[in-house]
Amino acid sequence: MKILPFFVIISLGSAFLISLFGKKIKNFADIVANLGTLSLLILSLYSVRLVAVHRVLVYKVGSWMPPIGICMVLDGLTSFMLVTINLVSFLVTIYSISYMEKYTDKFRFYTLFMLLVAGMNGIIITGDLFNLFVFLEIASIASYALVAFGTEAEELEASFKYAVMGSVASSFILLGIALLYSYTATLNMADISLVLSSKGSVLFISFVAVLFLAGFGLKAALVPFHAWLPDAHPSAPAPISAMLSGVFIKVLGVYALARIFFNILGVSSKMLFILIILGVISMVVGAFLAIAQSDIKRMFAYSSISQIGYIIFALGIGTPLAIFGALFHLFNHAIFKSLLFLNSGAIEYSVHTRDLKKLGGLNSQLPVTGYTSLLGSMSIAGIPPLGGFFSKLIIIIAAVEARYFGFALVAILISILTLAYYLKFQSFAFFGKPNEGKLKIKEVPGLMQFSMLTLAIICVASGLLISPMVKPFLNSARDVLWLGKGYAETVFGAVK
Amino acid sequence: MIEYILCFALFCIGLYCILRKRNIIKIVVGLGIIEYAVNLFFVLIGYRTHGRAPILAKDQVISNMVDPIPQALVLTSIVIGLGVTALIVAIAIRIYEKYGTFDITKIRRLKG
Repeated sequence: MKILPFFVIISLGSAFLISLFGKKIKNFADIVANLGTLSLLILSLYSVRLVAVHRVLVYKVGSWMPPIGICMVLDGLTSFMLVTINLVSFLVTIYSISYMEKYTDKFRFYTLFMLLVAGMNGIIITGDLFNLFVFLEIASIASYALVAFGTEAEELEASFKYAVMGSVASSFILLGIALLYSYTATLNMADISLVLSSKGSVLFISFVAVLFLAGFGLKAALVPFHAWLPDAHPSAPAPISAMLSGVFIKVLGVYALARIFFNILGVSSKMLFILIILGVISMVVGAFLAIAQSDIKRMFAYSSISQIGYIIFALGIGTPLAIFGALFHLFNHAIFKSLLFLNSGAIEYSVHTRDLKKLGGLNSQLPVTGYTSLLGSMSIAGIPPLGGFFSKLIIIIAAVEARYFGFALVAILISILTLAYYLKFQSFAFFGKPNEGKLKIKEVPGLMQFSMLTLAIICVASGLLISPMVKPFLNSARDVLWLGKGYAETVFGAVK
Repeated sequence: MIEYILCFALFCIGLYCILRKRNIIKIVVGLGIIEYAVNLFFVLIGYRTHGRAPILAKDQVISNMVDPIPQALVLTSIVIGLGVTALIVAIAIRIYEKYGTFDITKIRRLKG
């Protein structure tokens, strides 16, 4: 189908145009970036319709047949991830119009931002393993530069740490790809899967799986590999924190890991158990570190680690219900974590601090920020009518059904802890007495309010994703992972 | 076999350099060593004993040639490595301007 390459073309093209003309023409960068992300959002919503009709679509780049040429694959999981990231990136670009005014060189920000979006879209739609690596590096390099965008001492330090660890992770991924190529003599994901099922030895597959786990686990900030995230995410400008925590770690980490483990290598019970252990450790460690923080963004960053733990834990359980819960929680977390980071940006924009001890009583001066962040906090903590409650509930039910009672109990306890630190954030920042000298705070500009309000509305409405009307959207994504190695046949079936 | 072992040794040297060295420029060099070790491994995979360059000509029959795909991929990967190294070196220079030192143990304003 012809729309597939446009996910990369639009984002790369707008990055190119912005870097050429952004400095000369006023407001050019704003307009092109917002039109770009808007059209990406419309295309990804259209792709959901396409998947409902055709199930799998394959685009052959340069019309080379897939095992030899590069192909792009659109299936349920792809369209689900595309909708998630393009929704967040569109709202974040709208937010950036006002927020990024205080930085010089706004057009450079948009150039890097669109490169980040191009990399992430590319990772999701590609059907070729080396192509995945190239897009992964595009997204990673753009994110290293964006973390250092403010060029203050702390930002540079965080970016350096992140870049070194990220590059080592990329080397591990490349090593894994090289080993897979030497064994199967092909780079097409579906073809690798076919070859591995005919002659794969368990030892070799486990070795490659460990390399990928180290590489993508570092990109996803699972706990033994998490050290860069609490530095890098708070240091970036707020819209970038929202992108990095909201979608970046999910695309580069969770999506790539799930695609490679489930569809290419094929999961064994041992691999799933490793995922469960890593998920539970991340869940616990992230939550305990989050509760001690006084910097708002650092608290959110640790909370991201904890929530990624939930997603990986649910993927590790491996039953259809658990995978459904993992994807649902992934979507919810993308929405509420970007909302919360945008709120922290709004607080920083009006009050010029993000230390919880210096804030207080902001609800009267910043009503929009206050109430949207209340919705976001309630959703992430799992208060019933909101989306986060349903996804956590599904994950816990799936864990109990699969007889992981202990881990299910841990998940419930961590959920209570999550509520505790979000209550801490709410009470310190928005309730209580206003601090002296902070009485002249103005609410943030309208465009920033618009993004936060939209995200808050989606936060409330995302619980409806499990209603029978909209359920096929998540179900088709779930089916791709549940199909496992059957992925190869569906892709080759769609080529002919 | 020996070349794979040496390649692995190179990888380990790079990893040691990143983990143990305190000067951030040396860490960047270590990163470069890791990248080259992986690239070297990738090229070695495509090597065939007595193989020749994979160029087709009309009047020649090539029975044994090296695998061209790893070479093409490694070219891409070298370019990516160049981009990463350039970015990290630029960041390292800015860090030196801000902190006045290359010592990683003295560059710690972020904590928690």
